[in-house]
Amino acid sequence: MDVSALPLLWYLLVGLLFAGYAVLDGFDLGVGTLHLLGRTDEQRRIFLNAIGPVWDGNEVWLVVAGGALFAAFPPVYATVFSGFYLALILLLFALIFRAVAIEFRSKEPGRTWRQTWDVSFSVASTTAALLMGVALGNVIAGIPLDVAGDYTGSFFDLLNPYSLIVGATTVALFTMHGTIYLTLRTEGATQALVARWIRPAILTFVTLYATTTLATLLFVPHMIAPFAARPPLAVVPLGTFGAVLGIPLAVRHGRPGTAFVASCLTILGLWALVGIGMFPRLVVATDPVLSLTLHNAASSPGTLRTMTIIAAIGGPLVAAYTVGIYWVFRGKVRLDHMSY
Amino acid sequence: MDAVDLSRLQFGLTIAFHYIYPPFSIGLGLCLVIMEALYLRSGEALYQQVTRFWVRVFGLTFAIGVATGIVMEFQFGTNWAAYSRFVGDVFGSALAAEGIFAFFLESGFLALLLFGWERVRPRTHFLATVMVCLGAHFSAVWIIVANSWMQTPAGFRIVGEGLAARAETTDFWQVVFNPSTLDRLSHTLAGAWQAGAFLVLSISAWYILKGRHLEFAKASFRIGLAVAVVATIASALTGDSSARTLATTQPPKLAAMEGVFPTSAPAGLHLFGWVDTEARRVHGPEIPGMLSWLVHFDATAPIVGLDAIPREDWPPVQRVFQAFHLMVALGFVLLALALTALFLLWRGTLFSTRWLLRLFVPAVVAPQLANQLGWMVAEFGRQPWIVYGVMRTAHGVSPRVSAAEVWISVVLFTIIYLLLFVLFIYLLDKKIRHGPLPEDLVVTGRRAWT
Repeated sequence: MDVSALPLLWYLLVGLLFAGYAVLDGFDLGVGTLHLLGRTDEQRRIFLNAIGPVWDGNEVWLVVAGGALFAAFPPVYATVFSGFYLALILLLFALIFRAVAIEFRSKEPGRTWRQTWDVSFSVASTTAALLMGVALGNVIAGIPLDVAGDYTGSFFDLLNPYSLIVGATTVALFTMHGTIYLTLRTEGATQALVARWIRPAILTFVTLYATTTLATLLFVPHMIAPFAARPPLAVVPLGTFGAVLGIPLAVRHGRPGTAFVASCLTILGLWALVGIGMFPRLVVATDPVLSLTLHNAASSPGTLRTMTIIAAIGGPLVAAYTVGIYWVFRGKVRLDHMSY
Repeated sequence: MDAVDLSRLQFGLTIAFHYIYPPFSIGLGLCLVIMEALYLRSGEALYQQVTRFWVRVFGLTFAIGVATGIVMEFQFGTNWAAYSRFVGDVFGSALAAEGIFAFFLESGFLALLLFGWERVRPRTHFLATVMVCLGAHFSAVWIIVANSWMQTPAGFRIVGEGLAARAETTDFWQVVFNPSTLDRLSHTLAGAWQAGAFLVLSISAWYILKGRHLEFAKASFRIGLAVAVVATIASALTGDSSARTLATTQPPKLAAMEGVFPTSAPAGLHLFGWVDTEARRVHGPEIPGMLSWLVHFDATAPIVGLDAIPREDWPPVQRVFQAFHLMVALGFVLLALALTALFLLWRGTLFSTRWLLRLFVPAVVAPQLANQLGWMVAEFGRQPWIVYGVMRTAHGVSPRVSAAEVWISVVLFTIIYLLLFVLFIYLLDKKIRHGPLPEDLVVTGRRAWT
């Protein structure tokens, strides 16, 4: 393969891994945010078991995306993770608590025990989504870097209005995604309860989506520039808009499956917007010269070539058994003695 | 403490805690494969019950392993940014490969292993068990590859200068099969098998002593013992081979492990001792010429001593020496336990020999301790280098992360990990007291899989 094409390929592959993460873990983070709305112990158990066999595998997408970022663009990995130090540590705590809460919650019958883990699960899931959104907002809007590529701001600089809006939008997006997923996997009274959340979830997301779009147009013009320079790219934001529109339409026609596909496409569309707006940058610096791009941050061609071979072998295997696992655990959730 | 020491403390702390669980997953995973294979072969409900009980224990250790493992993946970036920039080209691909080849495999098939009993056919379930076990082993492969590269770097060159200097892969296979990979991998796996086997042995021995679930416990004990015998012997052999490789690849580490100061033949072997670093000698009983013989099969051959190495390149000698000697001592204790039990099993008196069973109950701690100590020997022994001979640990830390920030995270990690450990012990204890479920025995023999 042409050497200069490799960084581009890995820009796409790393993006694909993060996109896969957002689509898959997105719904189970959303289920976490919604968890406390479950009325009875049984309903909460159904929510947990709806994501039970898959959440761990979904989270692996984040780990692999992190690993791929480390291997393909080491300076980006180093800059973002050390620059967002406290935020990253908080994210790690949220993910630990979330994993442990899912695992431990139903192992004891006590009310206090279950309530504690229910709250942990919900707070941790919401915090994780929020922090990831805030991090994305900062990377998009631009952060102060020095010549060595190190972040020179503070933890509180990360909590700027634009990034917080992106964070809130992420939480709303995942919550909507999770609501639709739960509609698919539940039945009876539980499904009726979940169905009542869909409308507010969609409205919240659409409001925040419009706000983020407006804020980006006003305050982050460099994200819009590629679309202005190449008008045919407008197909991406229009397609995303169509996907968003498809969600309430599918819900109204009682087709949760279609709504879920639309919700997945919404996430992919939004992520594609980010990818195009950022291109060829991976981290925007306030001083544009210092931005980390796929040219100045990529690993050597040799390493990228090896990684491409690894991905070519591993990718299809992963896809095959992921589909297999989802197929085995398809259908409505029913509790039995193997459940959480 | 400065940011470097704090980051080292944090890394040590988080990896030590994390490393309680993967050895259980690796060792217990292997036991599960044997248990379920026995079930499929014999069709006996007892083995089904055995498998199901240990799967539940496996699930608990695996969950905490995953929750704490994610920290390790990101910590290179958070605390060791300079290191990550420098070695990302070489080191990152091993981590990415671990994700693609090991984590996806484990997490995917874990769902079938834990929840799939009634959803898939027994053969498919067995496949899932094998895959989870393989995944756990693959994970060890790539982590040991990455770590071994830090010990004995190979297959790379340095490009750029100053701030822009970084390692670049020249030969991927040399990176993977660097001079210490195979020795260290085999030794680590042997240690992990022991951890899993002795967990099975400990709990089974406890049941037998209490007279509970006897058939179940005896069947589990036999399987655990088979793995333990192989693993303890393998551990001694691979440990010997690992140490011998050090003479050529990392002489300061070997010198610190045995407290060798003068580079004069022959070097003795200390059974135990106290290192007087100032006086450059070790107080304690010594077998003359034994180290030289072990390394070179010649009692008069010289071993590179610390005197031949600049003082600023010395690892912390006392710590490495003590960790190494304690690890070896534990290894021999475990080997003796396993072989004694095997002998009594052959004599047919094992399950009535209560003093031995009583030793097996606390013995679960020994492989864990030995694994931790072995890791310390490896990591302290590499100091002051983060990549041996290439980059110093002090130069690998994140330049902009302050000591105060690392303090905050160290304190938080400590609190959370203590909490997790208490919960782990509490839930494990509950599972043990609960014992194997009678309903696991109901599923009947051959019909289940034909």
